[in-house]
Amino acid sequence: MLLGPSLAVSAVLFAIGTAGVLLRRNAIVIFMCVELMLNAVNLTFVAFAQQLGTGGQIFVFFVMAVAAAEAAVGLAIVLAVYRHKETVDLQHINLLKG
Amino acid sequence: MSPLQIAFWGFAILAVITAGMCITRRSPLSSALWLIVTLFCLAVLFTLLDAPFIGVLQVLVYAGAIMVLFLFVIMLLNLGRAGPGDMKGLLGAAIAALLGVALLVQLRGLGDAAPPAAIQLPPGTVQGLQRQQGVVGSVAGPLFDTYLVPFEITSVLLLAAVVGAVVLAKRKL
Repeated sequence: MLLGPSLAVSAVLFAIGTAGVLLRRNAIVIFMCVELMLNAVNLTFVAFAQQLGTGGQIFVFFVMAVAAAEAAVGLAIVLAVYRHKETVDLQHINLLKG
Repeated sequence: MSPLQIAFWGFAILAVITAGMCITRRSPLSSALWLIVTLFCLAVLFTLLDAPFIGVLQVLVYAGAIMVLFLFVIMLLNLGRAGPGDMKGLLGAAIAALLGVALLVQLRGLGDAAPPAAIQLPPGTVQGLQRQQGVVGSVAGPLFDTYLVPFEITSVLLLAAVVGAVVLAKRKL
């Protein structure tokens, strides 16, 4: 049974994704790190689905649909921000800062 | 170790290494390419965990469609070459590493989690179901039966995302 190892790998990947979000300033790379975290969670779902039935696999299906929607809207926002500010560096996107 | 476990650990270690490369590369383009390798490794892990259909979807949807969208935007914005560096400074990197490790410490109990025996199916049930109904059928059956309403709501979500992306990315309405 690979449940324990899968969950451990999933935890490591999730932590790497979180560290990436905190480490980078490029909006697109941060998006990619969020995708990595979503994938880590997908691995958990699939690992549990092996023992608890295919419901987990169907949930992965929904997570993928949400991730696709999120990527489309997020990248459109990045494009719109780039058109205004000529940068995707989050350090320079500080309009809300007092 | 069985061949299954050897393959699992090989691809798991590869996935972790490439994920680390993804977050530490300077150029967004190489980050994206490393992430594609991670997603492929995860597809292999899904297949090893008795979910070959999800593995195929992973390659088609993630490594195929979503990452192409990312690469397209990176090239459209001309971010391909390594800039002066979008990494945070030494302090930021230390905080990121610290919080990553803290999260890992908190998640360490996950490694030996096990579902209660009462809801656990006997070993080989999912494989038997896949032999009986087919790999796609065993996922599609409940999807269009028990989970029909969420499935329809997903289509509304995707429609909203498409409209939103067009509105956001258009120069003038």
